[in-house]
Amino acid sequence: MSATAESVQDRKAALKGLGTSRKRVEDARFTQGKGNYVDDIKLPDMLFGDFVRSQYAHARVKSIDTTAAMELPGVVAVLTAKELEPLNLHWMPTLAGDKQMVLADGKVLFQGQEVAFVIAEDRYIAADAVDLVKVEYEELPVLVDPFKAELPDAPVLREDIADQKEGAHGARRHPNHIFTWEQGDKGATEAIINEAEVVAEEMVYYHRTHPCPMETCGSVASMDKVNGKLTLWGTFQAPHVVRTVASLLSGIAEHNIRVVSPDIGGGFGNKVGVYPGYVCSIVASIVTGKPVKWVEDRMENLSATAFARDYWMKGKIAATSEGKILGLWCHTTADHGAFDACADPTKYPAGFMNICTGSYDIPTAYLAVDGIYTNKAPGGVAYRCSFRVTEAAYFIERMIEVLAIKLNMDAAELRAKNFIRKDQFPYQSALGWEYDSGDYHTAWDKALEAVGYKKLREEQAQQVEDFKAGKTRKLMGIGLCHFTEIVGAGPVKNCDILGMGMFDSCEIRIHPTGSALARLGTISQGQGHATTFAQILATEIGISADEITIEEGDTDTAPYGLGTYGSRSTPVAGAATAMAGRKIRAKAQMIAAYLLEVHDNDIEWEVDRFVVKGAPERFKTMKEIAYASYNQAIPGVEPGLEAVSYYDPPNMTYPFGAYVCVMDIDVDTGVSDIRQFYALDDCGTRINPMIIEGQVHGGLTEALAIALGQEIAYDELGNIKTGTLMDFFIPTSWETPNYQTDFTETPSPHHPIGAKGVGESPNVGGVPAFSNAINDAFRAFGLTHTHMPHDHWRVWKTANDLGLHG
Amino acid sequence: MSKQTINLNVNGQSVSAEAEPRELLIHVLREQLKITGPHIGCETTHCGACTVEMDGMSVKACTIFAIQAQGKEITTIEGLGNPDKLHVLQEKFREHHGLQCGYCTPGMITRAHRLLEENPNPTEEEVRFGISGNLCRCTGYQNIVKSVMAAAEELNTTESAS
Ligand code: FES
Ligand code: FES
Repeated sequence: MSATAESVQDRKAALKGLGTSRKRVEDARFTQGKGNYVDDIKLPDMLFGDFVRSQYAHARVKSIDTTAAMELPGVVAVLTAKELEPLNLHWMPTLAGDKQMVLADGKVLFQGQEVAFVIAEDRYIAADAVDLVKVEYEELPVLVDPFKAELPDAPVLREDIADQKEGAHGARRHPNHIFTWEQGDKGATEAIINEAEVVAEEMVYYHRTHPCPMETCGSVASMDKVNGKLTLWGTFQAPHVVRTVASLLSGIAEHNIRVVSPDIGGGFGNKVGVYPGYVCSIVASIVTGKPVKWVEDRMENLSATAFARDYWMKGKIAATSEGKILGLWCHTTADHGAFDACADPTKYPAGFMNICTGSYDIPTAYLAVDGIYTNKAPGGVAYRCSFRVTEAAYFIERMIEVLAIKLNMDAAELRAKNFIRKDQFPYQSALGWEYDSGDYHTAWDKALEAVGYKKLREEQAQQVEDFKAGKTRKLMGIGLCHFTEIVGAGPVKNCDILGMGMFDSCEIRIHPTGSALARLGTISQGQGHATTFAQILATEIGISADEITIEEGDTDTAPYGLGTYGSRSTPVAGAATAMAGRKIRAKAQMIAAYLLEVHDNDIEWEVDRFVVKGAPERFKTMKEIAYASYNQAIPGVEPGLEAVSYYDPPNMTYPFGAYVCVMDIDVDTGVSDIRQFYALDDCGTRINPMIIEGQVHGGLTEALAIALGQEIAYDELGNIKTGTLMDFFIPTSWETPNYQTDFTETPSPHHPIGAKGVGESPNVGGVPAFSNAINDAFRAFGLTHTHMPHDHWRVWKTANDLGLHG
Repeated sequence: MSKQTINLNVNGQSVSAEAEPRELLIHVLREQLKITGPHIGCETTHCGACTVEMDGMSVKACTIFAIQAQGKEITTIEGLGNPDKLHVLQEKFREHHGLQCGYCTPGMITRAHRLLEENPNPTEEEVRFGISGNLCRCTGYQNIVKSVMAAAEELNTTESAS
């Protein structure tokens, strides 16, 4: 074997394992237009479904007349709640323990709500028929302001549960109140706040927005009545959970359902939930006996599926006059829309909002979250975020800035003064988390040095002087952020979705010639799983990543897993992959020992082979072992080389990062120009630096969008004002800057390869960095806090309110 | 509505389709001609996922009726390269990680192709401006711009060498 001549280093490099910027295997099909997304699926006799939606935010449905629609040639059926009720599918459970109308049952609760489902031979006929369905409404008073939800004259939205005093998450005090979730020590926190030398207070609003992946949501259902099998293709970030839910809802046995997530055109949390369109496509296929496709258009996507955020976070932070933080208090009013459809683990109705103590050693804290119903679309999904971590990070990173102003202290210094120190890990936070590892001071110093922080502050001070002297109309903002994430949900004992523990899985088969197939319970939506999971495995089993095929997303073949969201693929499925790989290696060791005629303990693993200790010329490569496992009878060892691992993580992982954004703001136009953005991420062990960097660029751009303009806004009648890409801001290449990326590497101590996950970090840390830059620009003129999104108009208005327009 | 016959040339092949006057080119391409490279991201001219070339111009195929393509030459991502000979842009997007979910990619590459035809030596600014009608939610554009610049460079060197 010529391999002997190769150095260990060369053999390692040939594996393209951990730490390699391996080019992506997905790209061949995507760059040639050969991706297979749900709208590309075309089956014989396929029908097309389209929704009649409510134009009112709150109204009683008096009648639905489908006669004219049914008379249109090409229309096959029209479903309303009446047709779904006998099947008990007119309502469906949400992931948050609530229930949601599939089709309007007596009333509508938000603009764009699904009222009827038209099934026709093509999408044009379906759209024509939608117009022909006549719905008679009686308008009801609309509730859009969550702070008015419990006033005496507030309309009752959810009449179906108006009398229920007990919800899925404890007591309800009003028909429009969903839950109150409390964490930490209220009494102790309030005592500290009452006595502290310095207390800063602020209402921090993280506005309503939307993940808006380039591909909208859709599904194709095909009921094969002959074999009793249902196949469902769709934009599912959690295909296995969809199968279980589909079985529970439809009564079709789970083994007779196959759910497939084909290529997904971006998810960002939008594709975690179960939507009426999926349910209706299934029912329509059962009713018509033909495959039925449903794909929402962009307006439907923005106005009906999966908003994110909408958290009103009132904060108080107490400190000594030297800036040592003593306590944090937060009361959040969470606008959930018409149904509580958050995709959080069951026990966390406000997700992991209790990570809101951030990167700081805050001894005492209290958090309360009130969930409220309003006449808006349901959702509350984790938009490129691990269950409300984005809200939490924004809250604490704004509060730190507000406290710095109150203390008249530099915000970078205040942070450094309060960071959890390296020697405090594992760190027990006041709100109940155990942070696994971190080295915040090192990251922070590296970041400040990289951007020349001191110089920037001097330049900024000079610019303020120049502005006051009338020499410039521009101001400079320096946006700082040090965030800590909590991802990789999660330990099964704490985290489940609809009762399914949040483990994940990997199954590996090594073929006789030494290449491999691995299947996982997750699903890529652009993260490059086919590339990176092969790298994890390559390092574990010594087979080149180029010879490992990764498959995900088909419930008939992949092992059960909870899917991809909340940056959980690497922390959970990545761990399962490493563990399954180690099982392969354990068996390979027995085979190698037999082949080399030595004891198991006398050989050791080296990159891609087992070597006899002290006799490096005697070895068996993984390829040789694989072949032997199929063609030799080895005493006491089963033939073949396969393994499976279901991994239940002992803890979450806690990636962190230090970001600095420098902006120039034109006071007269409100236009903000990003001069520099430096992003240092610490995601533990780095699997593929190229992909990490790409994730950071993308996440920062989504953060830029959110901070600087993107919002889902409603008027007082509950009309959505930003339902198209004309009004809903998505940055183009023109307004997006180049980012500077950097890293430190603090492995997770409990993860088999030390990896923490990175996909969401840039969104979690980016939003506060952009927002802090805008706020910081006006600090010298007395501004403490202004709400996002900081579009040009709002920035201009801030300047105007501060009297800067003369 | 009555259907009409539309004859057009797609990726070098003469094809015909039966479509109502109101049918959009993107739907005829995708549903009748099985050209699924161009995608639909909005149907309102904002995202560029549906970008194709029509007679040497970038067009958003959701914004013209199929009937307007009567007698025209259309090039889609499928016509730019093939597995045996990828277009330089296809290679460079892979090399520089210019894509993630891949949904915007066919439109993006098709647009970049036209841009480089018209301006073989673009500055970064010109690339950023030239592709600003195509949205991407995954990449933050940085690596897309890099890919296009790298493709321009390679096309220029191979051209001047030949
Ligand atoms: S689908 Fe044509 S521009 Fe968006
Ligand atoms: S790669 Fe996903 S939208 Fe561009």
